[in-house]
Amino acid sequence: MRRIMVGVKRVVDYNVRVRVKPDNTGVITEGVKMSLNPFDEIALEEALRIKERGLADEVLAVSIGPADTQQQLRTALAMGADRAILVQTDAAVAPLPVARIFRQLVDKEQPFLVLLGKQAIDDDNGQAPQMLAALWDRPQAVSCSKIDIADGKATVVREVDAGLETLEVELPAVMSVDLRLNEPRYVKLPDIMKAKKKPLDTMSLGDFGIGEASPFRNVRVEPPPQRTKGIMVKDVGELVETLKKKGLV
Amino acid sequence: MSRILIVAEHDGAKLNPSTAKCVTCAKQVAGASIDVLVLAADGASVASQAAALAGVGKVLLADNPANAEPLAAVLAPQVAKLAAGYTHVFGPSTTYGKDLMPRVAALLEVGQLSDVMAVDGPHAFKRPIYAGNAVLSVEAPQDAVLVATVRVASFEAAATGGSAAVEKVDAGVPLPTHTRFVSRSGATTGRPDLQSAARVVAGGRALGSADGFKIIYSLADKLGAAVGASRAAVDAGYVPNDLQVGQTGKIIAPELYVAIGISGAIQHMTGIKDARTIVAINKDGEAPIFEVADVGLVGDLFAIVPEFEKALG
Ligand SMILES: Cc1cc2nc3c(=O)[nH]c(=O)nc-3n(C[C@H](O)[C@H](O)[C@H](O)COP(=O)(O)OP(=O)(O)OC[C@H]3O[C@@H](n4cnc5c(N)ncnc54)[C@H](O)[C@@H]3O)c2cc1C
Ligand SMILES: Nc1ncnc2c1ncn2[C@@H]1O[C@H](COP(=O)(O)O)[C@@H](O)[C@H]1O
Repeated sequence: MRRIMVGVKRVVDYNVRVRVKPDNTGVITEGVKMSLNPFDEIALEEALRIKERGLADEVLAVSIGPADTQQQLRTALAMGADRAILVQTDAAVAPLPVARIFRQLVDKEQPFLVLLGKQAIDDDNGQAPQMLAALWDRPQAVSCSKIDIADGKATVVREVDAGLETLEVELPAVMSVDLRLNEPRYVKLPDIMKAKKKPLDTMSLGDFGIGEASPFRNVRVEPPPQRTKGIMVKDVGELVETLKKKGLV
Repeated sequence: MSRILIVAEHDGAKLNPSTAKCVTCAKQVAGASIDVLVLAADGASVASQAAALAGVGKVLLADNPANAEPLAAVLAPQVAKLAAGYTHVFGPSTTYGKDLMPRVAALLEVGQLSDVMAVDGPHAFKRPIYAGNAVLSVEAPQDAVLVATVRVASFEAAATGGSAAVEKVDAGVPLPTHTRFVSRSGATTGRPDLQSAARVVAGGRALGSADGFKIIYSLADKLGAAVGASRAAVDAGYVPNDLQVGQTGKIIAPELYVAIGISGAIQHMTGIKDARTIVAINKDGEAPIFEVADVGLVGDLFAIVPEFEKALG
């Protein structure tokens, strides 16, 4: 079975204006819209396209998160994933233990490709893919905007500060995806009905021998320093004058 | 005492300014000694540039033909090996550091902190989360090496004037061949570099086309500024991806940022929070960019930008 494993995380929707809790222990998530991490949706879409091109037989979606993550996994199944695994925990699991869990699942599921997002937009870490690749001793391609698979190899284009970089990697490999890779499909109602019958297995952190959810201790969460609203100028003359006064032009 | 190893970023010839910013961050760890590691095919010149950074104790130079291109899978095992004896390993939070450092951390079986923006103590740091909408104070364990990427927009570059010794090293570890560099394409424009420029002029979706975007380049040239863009402008193909500013592009801190026809989505604002002065030009007086702009001008950019350029003389 040629399998692609996709990591999908449940996060606060990217349109939500996040607010810090008054007691500084975190951000407010009660009553806030939750979604699939946008990068993970793109990773899943890419996996489905690879399967549709006849280059894979099964797409497996994996998430580590609270019980409610079932909603996001059902969305992944409705998009077209064949089955899903939820590693259920209420703890916020850091990238290293996430990578360790994926490492064990890789042994069990033997994917030829693991597709993850370039970062989860809650903690903005951008680490789990690289960590998994290290633990697995396999190639990594980070921030991919194009993926071509042929003959046990992949040619990937990835977004780097200098522009675009093309790598050739042997499979199996871990890839993290950037926003420009594709545009995820919309889920249709009949697919949502069908998804209800697809297998969704639940496991626990204990199944992976993971004790500590994070090597770090979160001390405090604060709002960022706010920029204050500046002045409005009426025309170009006033704009240039203002900038000259500030010594900027 | 803290012993910090900084993994240098370079293109084979020139040290990237991000390395000097990592040095400044490291200096804020009280009493730390700071060494820089240069991994290159032939890195003598880069090593001497690193040795000239004030505050650097020693430069480790790992020359190896396999290091000709910055492949994380090849560099990480060397960094992990050479990190022995250090309390901290820092790299820049550029695409280079983001690719490499988590792989190093996992090989060392430790966690990693991304985007360190402030140092509160040898094991206490601040970093942004939720696209910069919250700042997390976090403590790392005392008994493990700390791997981190340094948010380059948060630190000034360390000055030159140092004269550290350069020591040749060889990690002596097997290197994988499963990952191969093919090519790199980028716009070497002759314009100032977006990440280190003092002035940046950026355009958004409103420019309408690659042709329309020309007035942005023209204004930038007049100001001696680098050119930036919103994701919408990049996605629409007006400009290449390396000009993108924001959460998924570059995080910059210029003296002057001029946002033209950019609405001010949070993902874009994440990239310019540390700009000294933000100027916004937008035809919609209600655009969110005006809530954070220091100077705002409402109007049609196609009329304003040429007039602005002319007024600069
Ligand atoms: C996970 C994620 C990550 C993202 N990362 C980034 C990122 O890194 N960087 C980024 O920029 N975006 C990012 N985005 C996209 C972001 O949400 C916005 O869609 C994008 O920034 C909008 O670009 P814009 O301001 O150019 O376009 P628009 O929002 O369409 O704004 C165009 C503006 O131009 C003005 N305008 C139109 N015509 C004229 C005229 N003639 N004269 C003057 N003004 C005019 C309009 O009033 C409007 O305000 C990300 C999104 C997601 C989901
Ligand atoms: N809890 C999780 N469950 C599933 N996938 C995850 C989880 N955390 C991280 N990932 C994957 O790893 C990518 C990078 O995450 P991070 O390193 O946390 O920014 C995400 O886009 C996901 O694809």
